[in-house]
Amino acid sequence: MDGQKHDRRAGPPRRGFTRRAFLKGSGAVAAATALVPGSRAEAQETGPKIYGPGPVPIRLRVNGEDREVKVEPRVTLLDALRNHLNLTGAKKVCDRGTCGACTVLVDGAPTYACSMLAIDAQGREIETVEALGPDHPMVQAFVEHDALQCGFCTPGFVVACTAFALRNPNCTVEDVNRALGGNICRCGTYAGIREAVVEAARKLKGGANA
Amino acid sequence: MRPFEYASPATVQEAIDLLGPTWNDAELLAGGTDLLSLMKDDVVAPKRVVSLRRITSLKRIEVTPTVVRIGALVTMEELTQAPEVAAKFPSLVIAAGGVTSPQIRHHGTVGGDLCQRPRCWYFRAGYGILATGADGQPLVPRGDNRYHAIFPEGNAYYVCPSSLAPALAALEASVVLQSPEGERRVPVEEFYRIPRTNEEREYVRQPREVLVAVEIPNTGLKNATYEIRQRQLLDWPLATASVALRVDGGKVVSARVFLGHVAPRPYRATAAEATLMGAPLDEERIAAAARAAVQGARPLSGNQYKVQLAATAVKRALSSLI
Ligand SMILES: Cc1cc2nc3c(=O)[nH]c(=O)nc-3n(C[C@H](O)[C@H](O)[C@H](O)COP(=O)(O)OP(=O)(O)OC[C@H]3O[C@@H](n4cnc5c(N)ncnc54)[C@H](O)[C@@H]3O)c2cc1C
Ligand code: FES
Ligand code: FES
Repeated sequence: MDGQKHDRRAGPPRRGFTRRAFLKGSGAVAAATALVPGSRAEAQETGPKIYGPGPVPIRLRVNGEDREVKVEPRVTLLDALRNHLNLTGAKKVCDRGTCGACTVLVDGAPTYACSMLAIDAQGREIETVEALGPDHPMVQAFVEHDALQCGFCTPGFVVACTAFALRNPNCTVEDVNRALGGNICRCGTYAGIREAVVEAARKLKGGANA
Repeated sequence: MRPFEYASPATVQEAIDLLGPTWNDAELLAGGTDLLSLMKDDVVAPKRVVSLRRITSLKRIEVTPTVVRIGALVTMEELTQAPEVAAKFPSLVIAAGGVTSPQIRHHGTVGGDLCQRPRCWYFRAGYGILATGADGQPLVPRGDNRYHAIFPEGNAYYVCPSSLAPALAALEASVVLQSPEGERRVPVEEFYRIPRTNEEREYVRQPREVLVAVEIPNTGLKNATYEIRQRQLLDWPLATASVALRVDGGKVVSARVFLGHVAPRPYRATAAEATLMGAPLDEERIAAAARAAVQGARPLSGNQYKVQLAATAVKRALSSLI
């Protein structure tokens, strides 16, 4: 919560603290601070460095691109994606690892982005729902099977479903039940989701073999 | 979340050097699935967070003739996939596989599961581990205690949240703790303790100690876990039983029975163990052991139902071995 409050870029600058001065100041800090472990600069360092509590430059690999952001160590991966990288597909709902709305892939594994620090996610391959795009078989299957209502849980489900489907091309509706237990849909669209996953799993497999 | 410093050491020794003499100085970060929530809720507010994720030596599972050693950073998912664990310790695999959701299993680690803090809602809301009211008296007996202990100890009414702990305790496993003074082994059964004040922790680990591994002796015990859950996913069990037995000549010659999620530590059901000893493992004995397991339960105003659930868990765990 604090992270988000802190990160919000919008709103009027505080008195005596202009945006220009802020940017200048942060640039100076960035130049003085080495990149954090997991980044390339690390190899030259000996012994563990201590970062923060103020903002530190970090490098995240998101959807195949290296992105640099400057965040405090307390900023979660979810807040970094949403508030610093403009990737708002992953949603913040519980912020406590109990709903799945924030699901992204980290090194291929479904991950609650609210439960990982951005600074600790360096050196890992992060994929968000944005990487899938509207033509992805899972996204298409969600549309065809009417697997959403309000849609707030949907990005998290689509990512979790894709991770599962890629590993389980011949899954059944029963398999899906258990595999997707880390995501909750308040609107109760589970029936459509189950069907969408089974169908998309077969298509993804076909795609991989083609 | 309050601001904190972050470090990501490459070795256990470096990690220890970054820890301080009190819990406020530093907390260890493994998968983060519990620690981040604790910090967001201001239940813990360390000045420094020491990430273990670069310490590759903690990610190994090693098998020797006498012991299976599981590194603290092995995830639940890896545990359920490890053939060397599945073959010998189905009890542990059931417990790890039961943990909640793919997302938690992929990031939650063995060390983090054992050191996760209790889920008592009073504790998580800031009333301390002993859930003390403004009058200095415990809140749980007079509050909403539907998920609390049926075997409370002193003023501790929370339940130990770890699913792995009862399974490991039944298997006679130990945790390996490393500190500036060196290494020590503590049986999982003795890893948890009852805090006397809200400042004390519910485990014997000290602020400068890293849990580096769990060691399970290769004793060849038959073992099983049975979990009873209200919701299959995204929640902790209501009651579990983990059992480990040796049967020789048709008779039980050694028995360990532990209940989970019913007491502030994994609850050793010694009366159930005594009931099983020296007799064949049949339906009648199992029913008697299940009754014995919950002897002496002291349920609170809202959790009597857990007594029956615990007995049933014992019955089903034992039945799965015949
Ligand atoms: C919705 C939900 C449902 C859950 N259901 C279950 C369940 O059914 N059964 C169950 O057992 N668990 C359950 N959990 C808890 C989950 O298993 C734990 O959060 C997880 O195992 C913690 O591991 P971690 O690596 O993420 O630990 P972290 O969150 O990184 O750390 C947790 C604590 O352990 C300490 N710690 C971590 N590693 C070490 C180490 N090596 N040495 C010393 N201290 C260490 C940390 O300092 C911190 O205090 C659930 C969690 C959620 C969110
Ligand atoms: S917002 Fe991360 S699990 Fe709910
Ligand atoms: S579609 Fe509304 S929460 Fe799932």
